[in-house]
Amino acid sequence: MEYLPNIFFALILIAGLGFFASNVRKLIRNIKLGKDINRSDNQPARWKNMAKIALGQYKMVRRPVSGILHVVVYLGFIIINIEVLEIIIDGLFGTHRVFSGVLGDGLYGFLIGTFEILAALVFIAVVVFWWRRNITQIKRFFNKEMKGWPKNDGNIILYFEMVLMSLFIIMNATDVPFQQAGIGNPISQFVAPWFSGFSPEALHTIEKGAWWIHIIGILIFLNYLYYSKHLHILLAFPNTFYAKLKPKGQLDNLASVTSEVKMMMDPDADPYAAPAEGAEDEVPEKFGASDVTDLNWVQLMNAYTCTECGRCTSACPANLTGKELSPRKIMMDTRDRLEEVGKNIDANGGTFVDDGKQLLNDYISPEELWACTSCNACVQECPVNIDPLSIIMDMRRYLVMEESAAPQELNMMMTNIENNGAPWQYSQQDRLNWKDEE
Amino acid sequence: MNVPTMAEMMAQGKQPEVLFWVGAAGSYDDRAKKITRAFVKILQQANVDFAVLGTEESSTGDAAKRAGNEFLFQMQAMMNIEVLNGYEVKTIVTCDPHSFNTFKNEYPSLGGKYEVFHHTQFIKKLIDEGRLTVDDTNLKGKRLTYHDPCYLGRANDVYESPRDLIRRLGVNLTEMKRNKSTALCCGAGGAQMFKEPEKGDKDINVLRTEDALETKPQIIATGCPYCNTMMTDGVKFKEKESQVKVQDIAELIAEANNL
Ligand code: SF4
Ligand code: SF4
Repeated sequence: MEYLPNIFFALILIAGLGFFASNVRKLIRNIKLGKDINRSDNQPARWKNMAKIALGQYKMVRRPVSGILHVVVYLGFIIINIEVLEIIIDGLFGTHRVFSGVLGDGLYGFLIGTFEILAALVFIAVVVFWWRRNITQIKRFFNKEMKGWPKNDGNIILYFEMVLMSLFIIMNATDVPFQQAGIGNPISQFVAPWFSGFSPEALHTIEKGAWWIHIIGILIFLNYLYYSKHLHILLAFPNTFYAKLKPKGQLDNLASVTSEVKMMMDPDADPYAAPAEGAEDEVPEKFGASDVTDLNWVQLMNAYTCTECGRCTSACPANLTGKELSPRKIMMDTRDRLEEVGKNIDANGGTFVDDGKQLLNDYISPEELWACTSCNACVQECPVNIDPLSIIMDMRRYLVMEESAAPQELNMMMTNIENNGAPWQYSQQDRLNWKDEE
Repeated sequence: MNVPTMAEMMAQGKQPEVLFWVGAAGSYDDRAKKITRAFVKILQQANVDFAVLGTEESSTGDAAKRAGNEFLFQMQAMMNIEVLNGYEVKTIVTCDPHSFNTFKNEYPSLGGKYEVFHHTQFIKKLIDEGRLTVDDTNLKGKRLTYHDPCYLGRANDVYESPRDLIRRLGVNLTEMKRNKSTALCCGAGGAQMFKEPEKGDKDINVLRTEDALETKPQIIATGCPYCNTMMTDGVKFKEKESQVKVQDIAELIAEANNL
């Protein structure tokens, strides 16, 4: 009987971690639905990016208020994991504050004291975040793609953190021997008097209760991640690692187009020649992207990493002038569609069954796509190095090369380039006229 | 103006130091042609041995690529590369950040590898090498703000060379609230230059002009013919054309040196 709590603890731990693992597997499967792209070159620069941007929060602090608060919550999150480790050991082996024996009073008190202060700071930061999201009218939190679930998701996480931090402090405040020892309780000592009239048994029950809810809460939080924009706390690391290193202005040259253009331009190429050995099984490629499976895996990972912070959108010139385009919405749509495709695959025993939908039109409209100036402000702003522009460009490519659906004026511009070598209707013979004018 | 072409150079058995890529706007647009001529005057003052392609120049294909037409882009690119490589061009300078970006970043993997300069970088190089000096008396004390072209700034991290030149003019440079990496687009990029904007509450060039006007400038300087058009239109829209001039950095240098 006395092992019952330990067994119970082990069971929920296994269930929590197991469910998490199965979601991670699904996540990886979905990301792998994307096309391959080589992003393993220049490893030193990639590690550096990850260290600087994900670990060092380098791009977060460009906006000082949210940046510094975010750093607090982030540090709290990392450091409190040490506390979670103690909880797990205590839970599995029925010990109590196992680290205090191992580390000695001084060090243990210092550590727990630090955690308490961090917990209090995190609590304050989270309240400010909540205020910014719900009370002050910061435009990026009130854009139209932020209605409903995205808004609730943001708030749920904040409530979660408030509760988890409070439980940690309460747990310490009601631990009588811990309070009596007077080490590592800089915050909880002020909370302890709230419980002064309680019997020792009641205090013990509250402490145990807080302890259990705390660890169960953490397991729920862990499993909530997959369904939430908070997946970024995990994916920010690979996402910054695999982000584009080339100059932002550089768009890739589609290799499939290169081979066709070379053939067209080569006067010696025999158009009736039999395809080269092994070429038969090359599926005729689609140019550009109309659905998530046409995007590459980095773009899909980007979609799962997006924190919906809207920094991209608030820097986007098209969005700032009231156009339909919002780079954040491009990322959210891509993730929603990818989730839909993933569920479709799960429901149909591992293969995708056409659902008559696609990313283009059903989620993202051509009007949004054509409003983009390719200015890269969204790419520059994103605190986790997401590249919304690459998705916009791939979808434009589909519209133009597969559907010939560019706006009329762009078609004229392209015809002019083809015929006169300039986007306007001037003769190539007049190219040098400027030198004789003045 | 005496502007040699690559074909003429070749006929004389000469290889110029640098090819000046004029670009479509610089060749055909009346406003941008002034930038082209100003830059040529600077090259001539510094005794740079240069040539243009003239009628052999064609669109880089940048606008087509950004519109999504990868086919047209690559055809243009390969044609241009054939011409450039035929003349054994090693170094290109251009006043157009879009051409600059395309040559620098997108032509190499198609076989066109050149050393590429934006004209602000090239002029700075001429100054650093002692081949050109800038007279800082003519524009002294004028209030000036600089608009970063996206394809020079964010796209390629070139923020300093234009500012370096501006500082040599003796003007009073005031930065806009959105500058360098946070600069707002003028609204022309990504092939927007060639179409009407989608519907919204405002045109992008108007918003950007408002950013500039907040600094109360006499001159809005820029380094891109498309930005120039957009900002000029914005100033007209705001009915400020009698107070504020939009000028390319090449024009300012030419003006400073009485060219
Ligand atoms: S690149 Fe396009 S989507 Fe991104 S900020 Fe610029 S206009 Fe907006
Ligand atoms: S793409 Fe980046 S900047 Fe935009 S909302 Fe997502 S995380 Fe924020």
